[in-house]
Amino acid sequence: MEFILQNFFNWDIVTQAWPLLLRGFGMTLILMAAVIPVGCIGGLTVALLGQSRFRAVRWMTIIYVDFFRAFPPLVLLIFIYAGLPFAGIDLPAIVSVCLAFLLNSSAYYGEVFRAGIESVGTGQAEAARSTGLSGFQTTTYVVLPQAIRNVLPDLVSNTLEVAKLTSLASVVALPELLYSADMARSVTFNATPIVMAAVLYLVLLWPLVRLLSRIEHGSMSSR
Amino acid sequence: MSDSPILDVQGLRKSYGKLEVLKGVDLAVRERELVFIIGPSGSGKSTLLRCCNRLEESNGGAVIFDGTDITAKSTNINAVRQKIGMVFQSFNLYPHMSAEGNVALALRKVLKRPKAEALERARAALDRVGLSDKAENYPNQLSGGQQQRVAIARALALEPKMVLFDEPTSALDPELVGSVLEVMRDLRTAGMTMLVVSHEMRFAREAADRVVFMDEGHIVEEGPPEQVFGDPQMPRTRDFVSRIDH
Ligand SMILES: Nc1ncnc2c1ncn2[C@@H]1O[C@H](COP(=O)(O)OP(=O)(O)OP(=O)(O)O)[C@@H](O)[C@H]1O
Ligand SMILES: [Mg+2]
Repeated sequence: MEFILQNFFNWDIVTQAWPLLLRGFGMTLILMAAVIPVGCIGGLTVALLGQSRFRAVRWMTIIYVDFFRAFPPLVLLIFIYAGLPFAGIDLPAIVSVCLAFLLNSSAYYGEVFRAGIESVGTGQAEAARSTGLSGFQTTTYVVLPQAIRNVLPDLVSNTLEVAKLTSLASVVALPELLYSADMARSVTFNATPIVMAAVLYLVLLWPLVRLLSRIEHGSMSSR
Repeated sequence: MSDSPILDVQGLRKSYGKLEVLKGVDLAVRERELVFIIGPSGSGKSTLLRCCNRLEESNGGAVIFDGTDITAKSTNINAVRQKIGMVFQSFNLYPHMSAEGNVALALRKVLKRPKAEALERARAALDRVGLSDKAENYPNQLSGGQQQRVAIARALALEPKMVLFDEPTSALDPELVGSVLEVMRDLRTAGMTMLVVSHEMRFAREAADRVVFMDEGHIVEEGPPEQVFGDPQMPRTRDFVSRIDH
């Protein structure tokens, strides 16, 4: 018992590591705030291109989505950060992370949005077009609101995955939460900072998990 | 002037791949006329209607609406569609908007009316179909007949010169059909030009100025309802009418 407290829940270590972890937590928040919208917008773009009337464009989006869903995100990130410099492309860590997330999560978000768009009957767009709305207006005001509502649980669940995946940024030495915690661990020779990081992730993401299970139940009862 | 047609379909052709669905259709609709299209399933009635506002692109011929060839690439089809309302068999109301929201959307986004004015006009249109007390209801809180009347209000709110109806009562329970037909009757009295695909033969007899019988992508026969139903000239019309009318 003493041993566990000493190595995992050590109050002295907590007070020492706290400022570093707080800064890491701040960086994680910034990362999420950057990477989630980027992935969503990228995914929406991919999904809309997938509805193009040009077959070549549709095929390209299918290849894009397949490719980046099969590509392990960690490999992708290391390739961008540590591989591309060999081609003379030297990107800062934060840019590498954003690029990797754009490529990876836009493929996943793209699939979610595509399923949503396809769940909206063609009659909806026809009705809208028949009143003179342009294609863009029809998508914006008629199709997308319904599409998003139909796949809201999948959107939230994917967002949760993306949020957790930001810890990958630690491998390119971006001082986010996991990186800071691991640094504190190696300096203090104690696992307490890792436990602190886990708790912070939990506190941050638990509301999202709650939200997810609420809309999952809500959407089931409203159908 | 009111004798020149507001809609003039000339030699219209439409194919889906190898299947030719419209094989040169000529049809003129004059202002204030109610023209009924009847015919067996698959004869091309819906396709003809959908070519009239270019929901379907035709492969030949022309559709002249109010002096403009709407099949021409240079035509701004969104502007034309404001003047041609369309009512669908399955209503196609936007489920995420209230009844007045459904009616107001095009007023706001196409005609660019301010929100207050759009809502006011939407309520006036709903009043016209007898639904002023349902303005804030969502489609899933309305009966099928009410939903279809909202859909009619949505088309009317833009003050179209003509309304296309594709089997407006086919998806309704029999006891709800009457309320929709009543609205259509009122529209006719108000002088609206209407092109209607429907199986409501009683309504056709009573309200149509002209009945058009289509079969296999052709217009086989057209004339006043008494003639097409009472004394059809073509064998195929006679055959069809004898099977549906009793
Ligand atoms: N999008 C499409 N792709 C391929 N074929 C189609 C398409 N739409 C219609 N068709 C075919 O065109 C023909 C005419 O269809 P249309 O819907 O115009 O008939 P209709 O007279 O309205 O029939 P109904 O009374 O059953 O509604 C049918 O054979 C149909 O299968
Ligand atoms: Mg039809």
